[in-house]
Amino acid sequence: MEDLETFRHRARTFIRSNLRQVSPEELRLGWSGQSEEMELAAVARDRHLQRMLFDAGLAGICFPRAYGGQGLTPAHQKVLNEELVGYEYPLRMQVPNLSPCAAIILEFGTEEQKLRHLPPILRGEALWMQFLSEPSGGSDAAGALTTAVRDGEEWVLNGSKVWTTGAWWSDWGLCLARTNWDLPKHRGLSVFMLPIHQPNIEVHRIEMLNGSREFCQEFMTDVIVPDSDRIGDIDDGWTVTTRWMFHERMLYNSPYVTEPIGLTHGHMDAGVVHAIAQEHGLLQDSAVRERIGEARMLELVTQEMSTYVSESIGEGRLNDQAAALVRLFKGIAQNRIVTLAFEAAGAEGAAWTDDAAAAQSATNFMMRQGGTIGGGTTEMARNVVSERVLGMPRERRLDKDVPFREVPRSRPTST
Amino acid sequence: MLLNLSEDQQFFRENTDRFLSEQVPPDAVRALRDDRRGFDLTYWRRGAELGWTSLLVDEEHGGGTISGAGLVDLSLVAYAFGRRAAPGPLAMTNVVAATLSRRDAAPDVLAALLSGEGIATWCAPVSGPQGWRSTVEVRTDGNDLVLQGEARPVEAAGAAGHLLVTCRDADGVGTTQVLVPASTSGVGLTPMQTVDLTRRFSVVTFDDVRVSADAVIGTAGQATADVDRQFLTYLVVLNAESAGAMQTGFEMTVEWAFDRYSFGRPLASYQALKHRFADMMSWLEASHAVSAAACAAVERESDEAPELVSAAKAYIGQYGVELLQDCVQLHGGIGVTFEHDLHLYLRRVIVDRALAGTPADHLQRIAGVVDRRAGDGVAA
Repeated sequence: MEDLETFRHRARTFIRSNLRQVSPEELRLGWSGQSEEMELAAVARDRHLQRMLFDAGLAGICFPRAYGGQGLTPAHQKVLNEELVGYEYPLRMQVPNLSPCAAIILEFGTEEQKLRHLPPILRGEALWMQFLSEPSGGSDAAGALTTAVRDGEEWVLNGSKVWTTGAWWSDWGLCLARTNWDLPKHRGLSVFMLPIHQPNIEVHRIEMLNGSREFCQEFMTDVIVPDSDRIGDIDDGWTVTTRWMFHERMLYNSPYVTEPIGLTHGHMDAGVVHAIAQEHGLLQDSAVRERIGEARMLELVTQEMSTYVSESIGEGRLNDQAAALVRLFKGIAQNRIVTLAFEAAGAEGAAWTDDAAAAQSATNFMMRQGGTIGGGTTEMARNVVSERVLGMPRERRLDKDVPFREVPRSRPTST
Repeated sequence: MLLNLSEDQQFFRENTDRFLSEQVPPDAVRALRDDRRGFDLTYWRRGAELGWTSLLVDEEHGGGTISGAGLVDLSLVAYAFGRRAAPGPLAMTNVVAATLSRRDAAPDVLAALLSGEGIATWCAPVSGPQGWRSTVEVRTDGNDLVLQGEARPVEAAGAAGHLLVTCRDADGVGTTQVLVPASTSGVGLTPMQTVDLTRRFSVVTFDDVRVSADAVIGTAGQATADVDRQFLTYLVVLNAESAGAMQTGFEMTVEWAFDRYSFGRPLASYQALKHRFADMMSWLEASHAVSAAACAAVERESDEAPELVSAAKAYIGQYGVELLQDCVQLHGGIGVTFEHDLHLYLRRVIVDRALAGTPADHLQRIAGVVDRRAGDGVAA
């Protein structure tokens, strides 16, 4: 196997001669606040960057060579992440495309499925999204109401999925559906793979409080999926989904994901808090300095904590459910950093001009719970930590050991 | 807790932990409350034989590491100390021994620290949001040095035969470190009060204390780098120790939650409490993580070490106390009684939080690093 130093040299040489240097601000803007044309151009650029990495032997570091990966180790991925600091990289190809989606195909796919789907993902040709959450309940993934009915060698899917990032510019969905209503909740589910752009799927873009329209809802009406595009066993979809959610909690810490070290995904970081304080002439104010320091401290601790918990899981000191600790910590820390920026903004938290360092701090503050809701709420993460990591008694539930069709449900809603 | 330990390190950690569990169980720690020194000299000497004071000392001076990374090894001891709320001047003796070794000074004093026969402590400068500032002044008088001022709080000064004193030079610019025998005329000790049961602190006064010029450790006027390094070492020890105390308090409280029944259910079955345990565990893991990362950064003398150490001190300072006081809350009334063990660990994190810069001080120091980074960005 290629040793780490040789790999580092190879990665560095490629990155410095082929990729553009970008600021953290530019990468942060990558996700939102731009026109449809700009976003489509950015997606195209990301696909192209993924292809460049693939051609350079730097895509899919921890995927086996048989499926287009490099067959290397998490340590190699970490080296690549270190070398990418300050450079552009295929942001939209990572989460949820490479992990959880490709990671799940690798873990549960048949040989044919892996050979068919993984190489196009690693080449940037196929972009996958998760059809997981439903309008009937975000955190309770096993409560899926989307139904798949067997018809010979095919399945017919009906239902709705929501919170799919960028479904309108993506290609494939990994979809959890109910295949048996007469079994208890967790035992009647199966997972399917389906192309997003087809006549029987209507993609609707959701507008968020900050104006972002990155999330989508899909309405599926008699969508036909061949049985060969089912992943995992019939009615055993929860086995797949448990690992799916594990990969989801690992987020940018997954060994399948390429991510420059130290990049923050929130809308605010210590640099922003500092810039606001500087613009307001408050850099000598000790209360303001504490806020700047706190924001930076939280960034550093978040980073170290994520690494430490994944290594602990790797070493077996913690079980894999402990990834929920990272999800919980990140959500709370990011929420706080956004708050610190808003506090530093003073009256510009009420009204601002676009050239101000504090621009959008109020919008981010208003939306600060994005970090404690998205990807499973922090309340769910706390349940996972206490019940699955610490082994505390589970809450009483009314959805166990009864046919799912008898489980009490929310009244249908329009969204 | 550190990950990826070598077999030697694991053996060393287990050995230390076994020794502490036998020598200083909670009742023994409690019993030291009225002890003048706060620790037993034979206990300390045996700890020194296990290597507690050798890890930051070069082999040529009689020291040696377990893994080649002495500070990482020392953090294992500090963590074990926190786990047991163990007595003994671990941080101070190591800080002094490291500097004597690095500056090739006072071999007799160093040898006594290594064997555990002698104790020395550091009269450290005052820590604040900008850094440190010495409160003892040194001036030259012929071939002598004369010290004037006071240092507080100084840990283990009552047990120490020697004091490493960080002084500001009379010219107001330089920093000089001097090793002063505690028995020197003009050195005064006033005991202070603290919440820790086994640590003793004093006000140490220097009233025209006269020592010869060869008492200088390193180069007169140029000790700033040594003092910075001593603080990083001290902070690494404090952080690892607090993380250990947090771990014990958390484990005790998890066990309590399973064993304690209210209204026919264990406390661990109430979601309102389960969520608090989840939060506490996230603070605990974050504390382990940042403590280990900061220790590793100091060990490899990384440029990021001061920022990471400050982040660790600020975080653990705040959440160490937060966690242990939440443990007290979850215990209810028994948690605030002297007969329960929980307070041993709470006392430790409270004192550690306040030493060598408060969380607020360290947050402001981090802001200084952010300032410099933003400045560099403009320059580039």
